Amino acid sequence: MPVPILRLDDVLVASIQAALTDQDLLQLRDDLSEKVGRFRARGVIVDVTALDVLDSFATRTVRGIAYTARLRGARTVVVGIQPDVAFAMVQLGLTLEGVATALDLDEGLALLRRDAP
Amino acid sequence: MPAEVLVPIRDETDIVTARQRGRELAAAHGFSKTEQTLIATAISEVARNILAYARRGEIVLATSEHQSRPCIVVVARDEGPGIQDVDVAMREGYSTSNGLGMGLPGAKRLMDAFDVVSAVGKGTTVTMRKCVR
Repeated sequence: MPVPILRLDDVLVASIQAALTDQDLLQLRDDLSEKVGRFRARGVIVDVTALDVLDSFATRTVRGIAYTARLRGARTVVVGIQPDVAFAMVQLGLTLEGVATALDLDEGLALLRRDAP
Repeated sequence: MPAEVLVPIRDETDIVTARQRGRELAAAHGFSKTEQTLIATAISEVARNILAYARRGEIVLATSEHQSRPCIVVVARDEGPGIQDVDVAMREGYSTSNGLGMGLPGAKRLMDAFDVVSAVGKGTTVTMRKCVR
């Protein structure tokens, strides 16, 4: 199931709705990269609130989304990592190094607005 | 919910199925939501390993009791190429599949007990257990 991508001014919001397959995640990375160019977006928010597991592949792909968007000129904020998911990621030894995170969508948007040039 | 659940692993959607079944089983046996997430994440890692190395295999989820606490036992089995050196495969950051090398050592940290039996050319069986705290 592809992830819907909404546009809020110059920010793209990808709201992950359900457990994603690896293919869906890779598709999201490619879609976002393309849409950053098409909509001249400055920011990307990946909302993972609905995800109940972020394993090593998902974490690596989310990091890939952020790095790809950055090379395309947009900043990414990952929002909504649930407490249990965060704990499991730490236990697993996973980090989102170099990727901005925020509590929820509002905080993510605030972060992008605050740091906008 | 039956006491044993078998999930064949043939493609990536089966990874999602396996971890959902694991979460359900854990929930039905009194595991906290945090523990359910740890179990589901560990299942995800070992299921991913099956796909990456053996292409197909199966995950068997069962319940048991250990020191009078309910436990979940996860067995991930494949008849893939096997692991040459299990000690090396358990090392952080070691991967032969272009992955992060987090799978086995990571899953081990998420569970209480963890065991890998592998024979080159025959396959790999990972058995892991977590009990209600």
